[in-house]
Amino acid sequence: MKWEMSRVVKTVTDILVAPIIIFGIYLILHGHLTPGGGFQGGAVIASSTALLIIAYGTLGKHKKDLSSIEAVGLTLFILIAFLGIGSTVFYNYITGTGFPFGGSLPYHGPNPGYINTGGTITFMNLMVGIEVAAALSLILWMMSKRGGVMEPKGSSSKKAEVKD
Amino acid sequence: MKKALALVAFFVIFSFLLLGVVQMRPFGEPENEDMDDYFLGDSQKRHEVNNVVTAVLFDYRGLDTLGEATILFAAVSGVLTVLRRFKDKEEGEK
Repeated sequence: MKWEMSRVVKTVTDILVAPIIIFGIYLILHGHLTPGGGFQGGAVIASSTALLIIAYGTLGKHKKDLSSIEAVGLTLFILIAFLGIGSTVFYNYITGTGFPFGGSLPYHGPNPGYINTGGTITFMNLMVGIEVAAALSLILWMMSKRGGVMEPKGSSSKKAEVKD
Repeated sequence: MKKALALVAFFVIFSFLLLGVVQMRPFGEPENEDMDDYFLGDSQKRHEVNNVVTAVLFDYRGLDTLGEATILFAAVSGVLTVLRRFKDKEEGEK
């Protein structure tokens, strides 16, 4: 019934999944300081999903959760963008204020690596990262399901038995 | 006849491509540099962002990113629509 890979692959997957996810989160949070960003970090997190799917064959029943997460990410991205409607859409209205944690750069110029800078760009990175991670994971998961092809009701029971 | 036509088409397209390559400006010297200089100077001053690509993606050209995210959402919706599975009573657990 269940399709899994060998114990070696599963063990290595267990070890590697957490660092991969942490690296993705790092890429997302440092998107405004180092190369990378929301899309790349989300893709890295989705690669951990791919690893899990390859090793274990399934993710369980999280389709609706992933779908909701993706929708929430996109909605919050649009909301953050439209909150600056006083000037323009996508106006960076919290730059220079150090909004979440207080404090800001003492000078304007090269950023030595403070995360709580960048204004809306950081939050948009976060939201896009959440959305991309959930979306790519969802695509991978849906495509990895065996027998996931649409079939009419009632006619698929025999075929499914043969497949399994 | 067919081969001659294909040859003519090949040479026409090839000459167009060659013309484009000959007329290309040298690398690193674009025709209009105003926007580049603006991005490079303004992204660190105003947005406190080292990664200029991110600044362009999420601030100056934010609507493009919004469209990109929407495309991803539409892609996921399409995948879910095509690959979804109707519930079957006999099958039970997947």
